[in-house]
Amino acid sequence: MRRFRETLYRWVFTILAFASLLFLTGIVLTLFWESFPFLASHDFFDTVFGLYWYPTYDPADFGMLPLITASFVVTLGAMVVCIPIGVGTALFLHELASASQRAVLKPLIEILAGIPSIIYGFFGMIIVAPFIQNLLGVPTGLNAFTASLILGIMATPTVASLAEDALSFVPRSFREASLALGANRWQTLTRVVVPAAGSGISTAIILGIGRAVGETMVVLMVAGGAAVIPDSIFDPVRPMTATIAAEMGETVMGSAHYSAIFTIGLILFFITLAINIVAEIISRRFRLKLGLGR
Amino acid sequence: MDRDVKISALNVNFYYGSTLTLKSISLEILRKRVTALIGPSGCGKSTFIRLLNRMNDLVPGARVEGQILLDGFDIYHPRTDVVSLRRRVGMVFQKPNPFPKSIFDNLAYGLTIGGVRDKQFIENKIIDSLKKAALYNEVKDRLHDNALMLSGGQQQRLCIARCLVVEPEVILFDEPAASLDPISTRKIEELILELKDEYTIVIVTHNMQQAARVSDFTAFMYLGELIEYGDTERIFTVPKEKMTEEYLSGKFG
Repeated sequence: MRRFRETLYRWVFTILAFASLLFLTGIVLTLFWESFPFLASHDFFDTVFGLYWYPTYDPADFGMLPLITASFVVTLGAMVVCIPIGVGTALFLHELASASQRAVLKPLIEILAGIPSIIYGFFGMIIVAPFIQNLLGVPTGLNAFTASLILGIMATPTVASLAEDALSFVPRSFREASLALGANRWQTLTRVVVPAAGSGISTAIILGIGRAVGETMVVLMVAGGAAVIPDSIFDPVRPMTATIAAEMGETVMGSAHYSAIFTIGLILFFITLAINIVAEIISRRFRLKLGLGR
Repeated sequence: MDRDVKISALNVNFYYGSTLTLKSISLEILRKRVTALIGPSGCGKSTFIRLLNRMNDLVPGARVEGQILLDGFDIYHPRTDVVSLRRRVGMVFQKPNPFPKSIFDNLAYGLTIGGVRDKQFIENKIIDSLKKAALYNEVKDRLHDNALMLSGGQQQRLCIARCLVVEPEVILFDEPAASLDPISTRKIEELILELKDEYTIVIVTHNMQQAARVSDFTAFMYLGELIEYGDTERIFTVPKEKMTEEYLSGKFG
């Protein structure tokens, strides 16, 4: 009887553990399956570097460069916001904050991370966009700049809390060794702690970027939605995720447009996969560097 | 002969939060001698040694009473510069803790943070310290390899060399061989015996034989109190206190 139960538990947990693998395979296969008609009938190179996205025209244009550029620009903009604020917050929390400041700041950051993205989008649309429009005198506040700003703020808690984790993983013995040699706190931080946490901090940044690349709701609401290669950061843009969300409902199942949207999804999937792989490689190197992997 | 005192502790109490962990310790550490602190775990020997270079400053809720004089100057005086104190009083820790940098950078660190820029000087100093720490022959061809590639014993000798680079007057060893194998331990002990010609050495150890082998003076501590202090030979042969005798004969500890 006992052996039967042990075997049963073993199987139940094995199946549960492999369920996520099943989902992953299912998603990838669907993406490939649905994008196949498009990929078979269109040149991939022309699609990725095509300048015009007019999927509903006749004949239709499926140039994805405007969408890819938009994702790229908005992500880059978000990095400019979230890296300094996120890493700065982590350094402050780790090095300077008193116990009471930490007690307030850490939960606050976690709450910020937990806010649904639609709230960020809403906030960007109602408050930030009109403000930017008035302040800079641009035609519309719904543009790449505003989207970058909101995305950056949204990715900041991810970067901050992961970077703070990386800093706190640096063994106390490194700090002690540095201080015992007569280094002050600033030298210890910049020359020992931050370099030791370096790849952990990079991982934090990369995962923050991953969050920005895949984010849909904010860019759908705030980026302006124009599928054109922007001349400046104050032009409206339509990133890949926003394109999928906006157009999926209006397209005919099985059409070239339908399949093209899955192709965008497939490209997006590979971009985020690449980001995650890079993050994994870096964090593995980080463990080795701290001597935790031996 | 006058007692040549390097460090003297006068009625030192140490509080961790509201608990008193060191009770009125008074002790004189002599120049260019090896002084060993022994006692069972939790007796306060590590706490005491960490007071001598103010490493306990980092512990939240720590408080020190009494005086610790280094060459007659109170190291807990508000005007004492902790940075220069720690350059005079170096420390080697229980677990080897080289930085995740190259061997060379580990050794150069103490100099560059002090503002030394002269490359030739740094290099000479590094080679000098490696030789003193009996590590030079093993690493001379791979100074730019990561220090974490070295064995535990080599890492600990690297930490000793790193400490020597800044030319301290006192070296504190906090159970330096606790994580090492017997052969590496022996090398560390031999090194300590060589270094005592130039440096004042304080060593914490829970290995009584080690204390007997390397030290000139031994202090036995128990539950935050200094029970007995004196010549190592005398302590180990004719201890005055019953508790010391019981500890040394292995009745507790």
